[in-house]
Amino acid sequence: MTTTAAALRLTGIKKSFGATRALRGVSLEILPGEVHALIGENGAGKSTLMKILSGAHAADEGTMELSGQPYAPEDPHDARTKGVAMIYQELNLALHLTAQENILLGAESARGGWIDPRVSRERARAALAQLGHEGLDLDRPAGAFSIAEQQVIEIARALLKKPRVLIMDEPTSSLTQADTEKLFATIARLKMQGVSVIYISHFLEECRRIADRFTVIKDGETVGAGEMKSATVEQLVRLMTGREVKDLYARSAHPVGSVVLEVRETSSAPRLKRASFALREGEIVGLAGLIGAGRTDLLRAIFALDEIDTGEVCIVNAPPGPSTPRARWAQGLGFVSENRKEEGLMLSQSIADNLTLTKQETFGRFGWISRRLQRAAADRWIQELGVKCRDSAQPIGQLSGGNQQKVAIARLLQHPARIFLFDEPTRGIDVGSKAQIYELIGRLAASGKAVVVVSSYLPELLGLCDTIGVMCRGELTGFRARSSWDEAEIMRVATGAN
Amino acid sequence: MNERLRNLLAKAGPFIGLVLVIVLFAIPAESRDTFLSYYNFKIIFTQTVIVAIGALGMTMIIVSGGIDLSVGSAIALTSVVGALLIQKGWGAASVCIAMIASGGLIGLINGTAIAGMRMTPFIITLGTLSIGRGAAQLMADNQTVNYDSSAINNWMTTADPSSFALPAGVWVAFALAVLTSLLLKNTVFGRHIFAIGSNEQTARLCGIPTVRLKIAIYGLAGCFFGLAGLFQLSRLRQGDPTVAIGLELDIIASVIIGGASLNGGVGTILGSMIGALIMAVLRNGSQQMGWPTPVQQIIIGLVIVVAVFLDRLRQGRQS
Repeated sequence: MTTTAAALRLTGIKKSFGATRALRGVSLEILPGEVHALIGENGAGKSTLMKILSGAHAADEGTMELSGQPYAPEDPHDARTKGVAMIYQELNLALHLTAQENILLGAESARGGWIDPRVSRERARAALAQLGHEGLDLDRPAGAFSIAEQQVIEIARALLKKPRVLIMDEPTSSLTQADTEKLFATIARLKMQGVSVIYISHFLEECRRIADRFTVIKDGETVGAGEMKSATVEQLVRLMTGREVKDLYARSAHPVGSVVLEVRETSSAPRLKRASFALREGEIVGLAGLIGAGRTDLLRAIFALDEIDTGEVCIVNAPPGPSTPRARWAQGLGFVSENRKEEGLMLSQSIADNLTLTKQETFGRFGWISRRLQRAAADRWIQELGVKCRDSAQPIGQLSGGNQQKVAIARLLQHPARIFLFDEPTRGIDVGSKAQIYELIGRLAASGKAVVVVSSYLPELLGLCDTIGVMCRGELTGFRARSSWDEAEIMRVATGAN
Repeated sequence: MNERLRNLLAKAGPFIGLVLVIVLFAIPAESRDTFLSYYNFKIIFTQTVIVAIGALGMTMIIVSGGIDLSVGSAIALTSVVGALLIQKGWGAASVCIAMIASGGLIGLINGTAIAGMRMTPFIITLGTLSIGRGAAQLMADNQTVNYDSSAINNWMTTADPSSFALPAGVWVAFALAVLTSLLLKNTVFGRHIFAIGSNEQTARLCGIPTVRLKIAIYGLAGCFFGLAGLFQLSRLRQGDPTVAIGLELDIIASVIIGGASLNGGVGTILGSMIGALIMAVLRNGSQQMGWPTPVQQIIIGLVIVVAVFLDRLRQGRQS
């Protein structure tokens, strides 16, 4: 490794926001044409680093070099022009515009302001061909494509600027297994063309598969870097957290009691088809399957967020009521949405308001809310779950993903619920917070609560659940004890390969 | 194939609506003969001109994710400006330019405040709605501005039932609709209007100068509103500071009936023009039927709600 060989070199990058020191000295070296995994817990400083790289923030100290030249982007567009493009987890597409219009956005082929349709088409095609996706329908609106295809469109747009470094933030978090494979093939093509890829992901197994080298950041500093080949997942986790993998799923004994929820032949248009299962006290049931297999639909049907077409959802020992989410809360159910930002939480509202939303009328009299009672309840859970925040009046949007999720779960505890429905409870949160959520779910089961967990992350389901059901194309196919499952078997059933 | 069919239906939706309202008024005996006459359609077209030209500008604004509530005031203000200038002896051509420019100026002020100060368009234009109306009344000294004669007076006339010629205003509106449609579909400027309305962050990321673009959109739309003021003046033949109160709602309704989304990113000129025609046909037909104004208001309100509801159904099926 000679000093001139690096495509991108960062040395001693520091950045503070007010009193918070987000980066205390990060160094990073990316070689031309390599895939480099950037690993770290949420809050370790990855996002800040990427914002500095992609021009959204400026560093306070340190130097950046792109192919040996000093590199100081003014804004994200400037960074793209210079050769550093970022693909965010939440994709940046104009969903009403067609694929072609999105690919050429801001770089239209035009003469005197009039768009040249022929040249536009050729350039969009060429960019897609570079990625091996020349078959994509260029005239469909971007919103009509799957997430995986949208990602391809966005990468194609970045390619127009001939990037030297492409940063991908959690690119597989909403992809199915098959699409992940396709993405990896696309990344391999980029690599062959000499593009360096910085790959950020919480899925360490993925990083190990795709990356040539890695850098680990912890608390705003580089704590390790090296060849991926010689590293194990265990080593990476230890670098990130100082914690061993086996501690992640600390299981406690929880005796399983009588049935509390029974789903009978439940169908719900458009996806869910005749699902049946029973959930017992103290049991953790996991639902596996590909994205779009109907797992979320099943939870939504149980919680009466979607209408049931046939079959029934039977809650044992519950007052009868209409099929509405309000009645479900009264019957002791609670639901944590996979979509924290849009469905799960009111981001601009305080922790206390979010936490007490299901039963606000009990915090006061005659419709007046007593802030004191509300805060007392919130403070209790903040302490019990270790939510890192200023106080219970802080808007929840200011917390990290892991802490937001703790509050989302605390809402169910406060209510209190006895049947917990969790949809992707650890999506987008760091390993440390994940461990705390696993522990919390374990404690719930140990205290006799019943839990359903939907997750795309198989080690999590296998580590956490007593019973696992696998969904495929809207049907709940396998439903049996965890001991009879392993990752390969789940994938086989989930992909309908039997 | 299915998708293409649905797209076709989405585009044909407003057109079907127009045919429906025409059929509605063509059936009853009391309106049939007068309603379906060529002369009556000449009147309908002429009555559409002001709303249609306003809707051209409004379509651009709504597609870009914005809104402009100050249109009615802008029309009143420019028509007062025009009348005052005619009083001073200006020729028709220079009055036209001055009116379009003053409309553009109001638009630039709106755009600069919205983009530069990062304020919501609703609030800013609610402010300019009031400011513009007040300014018009001050300039006109709280009364109508009368003048002897001007060539402008002839551009909206439908006085002669035997003449088949459409007034100039209808042709201007038609030509501008074609031009604006081309502008939105085939130019970089138009593409960027859709981009900013669909996802402003993405537009900025891709290097589109969002601030300048917004100012340009409101400015250009303002020119259209100034032109609408010109035809308002032509129709009334006097500058009236109290004219066009609430007209912005008719204009916005036309754009929405035409299939545009208030969230931005969606909308067509053809749709908005048909929307404007639907509004005019409803007004005209209701008058033929002898329905009082309050009943007309209620019917127009219902049409707006039903149109948007049908649009939601259509989009819901799409996703």
